Amino acid sequence: MPVLEGKELRIVGFLCNWCSYGGADTAGVGRFEQPTDLRVIKVPCSGRIDPLFIVKTLMSGADGVLVSGCHPNDCHYAEGNFYARRRLEMLKRFIPMLGIDPNRFDYTWVSASEGQRWQEVVTKFTEQIHKLGPAQKIEGADAEETLKLMEASL
Amino acid sequence: MKNLEDLKKQIREALPELDVVIGWTDSFDPLHATPHFIRREEDIDKLKVDALCVHNLATYLPSLKGKKVGIVVKGCDSRSVVELLQENLIKREDVTIFGFGCDGVVDQTKIRRIIGDVGNVEACTLDDKEIKVTASGTEHKLALDEVLSDKCKTCRYPNAVLSDQFAGEEIKATASFEDGYKDVEEFEAKSTEEKFSYWLGEMDRCIRCYACRNACPMCVCRDHCVAQSRDPHWLSQEAHVRDKWMFQVIHAYHLAGRCTECGECQRACPVDIPILLFKKKFNKEIKDVFDYEAGLDPEATPPLQTFKIDEAKIKERDW
Repeated sequence: MPVLEGKELRIVGFLCNWCSYGGADTAGVGRFEQPTDLRVIKVPCSGRIDPLFIVKTLMSGADGVLVSGCHPNDCHYAEGNFYARRRLEMLKRFIPMLGIDPNRFDYTWVSASEGQRWQEVVTKFTEQIHKLGPAQKIEGADAEETLKLMEASL
Repeated sequence: MKNLEDLKKQIREALPELDVVIGWTDSFDPLHATPHFIRREEDIDKLKVDALCVHNLATYLPSLKGKKVGIVVKGCDSRSVVELLQENLIKREDVTIFGFGCDGVVDQTKIRRIIGDVGNVEACTLDDKEIKVTASGTEHKLALDEVLSDKCKTCRYPNAVLSDQFAGEEIKATASFEDGYKDVEEFEAKSTEEKFSYWLGEMDRCIRCYACRNACPMCVCRDHCVAQSRDPHWLSQEAHVRDKWMFQVIHAYHLAGRCTECGECQRACPVDIPILLFKKKFNKEIKDVFDYEAGLDPEATPPLQTFKIDEAKIKERDW
């Protein structure tokens, strides 16, 4: 939208079909006001999310990634989100190593009835990303820097 | 190695029952060793075990599935064997493990940096403290400490953790878990921007040869590696730093909770990118959250393939 050009950042949300996507829908039906930066990708279950989806998203230029699934114990597939929790927690702890601010990624649980909570999560997460500003893009390395490193390694 | 004769004797006794025993032998020049496939009695005499035997031979095991294989392992290599057993990639009854206590192996990069030209090595002799290398007519004396691989300096498992035959005495490990992760902590202390531009520069040097993957004992997908698959299409054919970097993260993530830190990826890297750092970071966090180390118990379940309903160490964000 040209009106929002430059004001909006690119945030990608991975939402599970059964809870969080429903929760986002509830928030919409309830006409709760939400920031518009988030683009939603619906997945069957938070257990479907390969943490590398998130890395790929961040490396391809997203400014933030939000993952949301069913609350633990409420997974539609009984245990998908338990596996997801372990994987996502590892990712959360790993990404600072890459030089990506860990606050650019968060995971949480929102049920289909929690429209209010969804609004809160989206608003807070979007604020958090805006505070960080646009992410550093991987355009290509500084040729001179690379040359220096190459020489050092020889 | 002091107990080489014991080891040879053990292999000689076991060889009739085995299709092949994998060890090390002399290579194209005196400074290198190379993997050695012992099939006949006379091959045993060519076996060598010393600080030049850097290769993790466990990498060969999955491709020899179904055969009766003997394997000579250092402490770190034995963890890879345990990990392969744990994941049912090899069968316990098919492998005979010849373990020994390892004093550490050299880092060829460090030697090259000191000597300069290693294209023409005429002689190389090793003892407990020193390595003497004659290259292009000049003799260089290097303290073993100086050229020892970083992983060996903080080794906690110098002895094979699982073995059918053990040659010689066990070696006492002195390093603690924390000692091994000082480099990770040091790197983590840098600022976000510093880390980002560091990797940008390092990853740009990657030539996508996939030597890191091929040398990795835990990279068992081989022809089905996502790095070369078109469906799913994780990486493009472009030589862009983004793809190279992404590949290294894929490698590290696929090893989360499985990596035994043998360091083969970094050793195999022709441009010396410190990619082991990624894997060590995962191991550090996995130890912290799940109190788990890969390659110690063949019966254990890798932490990312299981879960607990209440995770003691995972603090979820409260919005």
